Amino acid sequence: MTDAPKQTGRARTPPPSGASDARLMLRTMVRSVTDAPASALFGLTVILFYVVLGVFAPWIAPYGEAEILGRSYEPWAQQFVLGTDQLGRDVLTRLIYGARNSVGIALLATLLSFVIGASLGLAAAIRRGWFDVVFSRLVDLLMSIPSIIFALMLLTVFGTSVANLILIIAVLDSTRVFRLARAVGLGVTVTDFVEAARLRGEGTRWILLREVLPNVATPLIAEFALRFCFVFLTISALSFLGVGLQPPMADWGSMLRESATLISYGDPTPLLPAAAIALLTVGVNFVADWLLQKSSGVEA
Amino acid sequence: MSGTGEAEGETRYQRGVATTILSRIGLGLLTLFLVSIVIFSAVEMLPGDFAKAILGQSATPETVAAFQKELGLDRPAAIRYGEWLGRILVGDLGQPFARGSRQNVAEIIAPRLYNTIFLAALTACVAVPLALLLGILTALHRNGFFDRAMNGVTLVAISLPEFFVAYLLMFVIVSRGTFEYSATAQALPEWLSAAILWALNAVPKFPVLSTVSPATPFWEQVWKCVMPATTLTLVIVAHMMRMTRASIINLLSSPYIETAKLKGISPWRVILAHALPNAWSPIAQVVSFNLAYLIVGVVVVEVVFVYPGIGQLMVDAVRSRDVPVVQACALIFAVTYILLNLIADIVTIVTNPRLLYPK
Repeated sequence: MTDAPKQTGRARTPPPSGASDARLMLRTMVRSVTDAPASALFGLTVILFYVVLGVFAPWIAPYGEAEILGRSYEPWAQQFVLGTDQLGRDVLTRLIYGARNSVGIALLATLLSFVIGASLGLAAAIRRGWFDVVFSRLVDLLMSIPSIIFALMLLTVFGTSVANLILIIAVLDSTRVFRLARAVGLGVTVTDFVEAARLRGEGTRWILLREVLPNVATPLIAEFALRFCFVFLTISALSFLGVGLQPPMADWGSMLRESATLISYGDPTPLLPAAAIALLTVGVNFVADWLLQKSSGVEA
Repeated sequence: MSGTGEAEGETRYQRGVATTILSRIGLGLLTLFLVSIVIFSAVEMLPGDFAKAILGQSATPETVAAFQKELGLDRPAAIRYGEWLGRILVGDLGQPFARGSRQNVAEIIAPRLYNTIFLAALTACVAVPLALLLGILTALHRNGFFDRAMNGVTLVAISLPEFFVAYLLMFVIVSRGTFEYSATAQALPEWLSAAILWALNAVPKFPVLSTVSPATPFWEQVWKCVMPATTLTLVIVAHMMRMTRASIINLLSSPYIETAKLKGISPWRVILAHALPNAWSPIAQVVSFNLAYLIVGVVVVEVVFVYPGIGQLMVDAVRSRDVPVVQACALIFAVTYILLNLIADIVTIVTNPRLLYPK
């Protein structure tokens, strides 16, 4: 999402400021990866690990996602490395498929939330007037109570399907993206080159994609990582509560919910999906922390 | 508030503060009103097949029609909103959808609301002072070893989901009884197993299930709340501490603090007598901001520890799609959240030392 505008910005935008900014940013990023702090490198490794697991799940996993293989609650052993669940499915296999389902759905919701929030926020910053007022007040209202309460209410009304879950979370989370994008957009739209484009008679869409977006990409990337963490944790929590992703799908939140009782027998299996969730959020947070420091350092 | 800068004296100050507070209260009430409309309209947004989903497959067209009439969907929404709000203001939260329930929503919620407030208050009593103390300590020794260590620890703690922390704590407690016989204990060298077992036994045997009833005595309820309260504390202290640290550092870099330090005043006196009066408003904001995390945390933690609070009730109601119960819970969470934010803002206004001494 962030690469494409950068490319076009470099190739076609006439004002040199946008192009050199993008190139400088890219060069800074490549250079900074090589001397990133240990925590950020750890985070990047974790993310890469999850991406590989998610993409190649069918080839890595020893069994099928919903394949029933043996008796329920087999202990950890040679055949089933991490045992089986309550239906006799391989826990390791479902953990690997979880990387695809849990992370994939959270990523989809975050992307959607960004598309909604960033486009409306930037549009509000450029158009101002009633458009800005209406959406800003709406966002204030949605943010006046914790989003999980709204999410629970909307899930009651519309029912708990994957599509509903993604839509509800994306809309509720887009409020924060809206605020950030609007604030950043307001800062950029008063600059001379945007004014120049407006005087040239360019349309809102052109200004948005070619002038504003290349300049706000850095804070938006860092924000994307943080928002992903938040969305991922919210969906996992809802799935754990039994109102998010539903059982046949291998998902870490619902896996935890289904196996939770094993804890009282001293079996650590339920901790595995929970740890899978925790490890990814720790990793992404480390990277976001580093990106934020980087971007504030570059801009200052 | 704008007038306080001029030399008008005490009354002008008081009037300015009163106006600011009143307008803030008005804004709070307006927000509450709008949120109540959103919560009310949950019934309006119900899809057409909802009655069937609630009443089950055996529902006849007559029972479906009766159910829709009971919801009052045949009358204008504005009138029903007025009635709904009027009933809520006198404490009538309606009847749950669940058939066979002899209690109304208010009766179901009351004991659970007490339990949730009990847990939240217990957590706040531990978490707020702890977070402020740690935040001030790390701000004083910033970039020192303690500060950097805490930065790493809190960054990890922020990232950990509530249910992971909760089950991890539960696992530790349960392992007191099961570790001896586990495969891990046999695999490890004997001295290490013995050391782990000794450490586990040093932890008091906290109850892992927080089953309480209205008849439970106070101290027993505290005892049963230790696990959920510890989980919540671990989750929110990290956030609160980082925000406290940031606002204290921000404050410590102001010139008048520099002057106080150069005068040779002891660091603690600088903090308590010079920085703190200006710090109340950021601290109030930090505390109220973290209540959002507390609300989310409460819902999850209550489910994990089977604690009969309002969060668990809400989740159960969402699963059975019992709209009146969900609405009531959402309203309670919303009122609490808006009210606490309001209080934080009022504290900010009242404790602003600049308003106390008009020039």
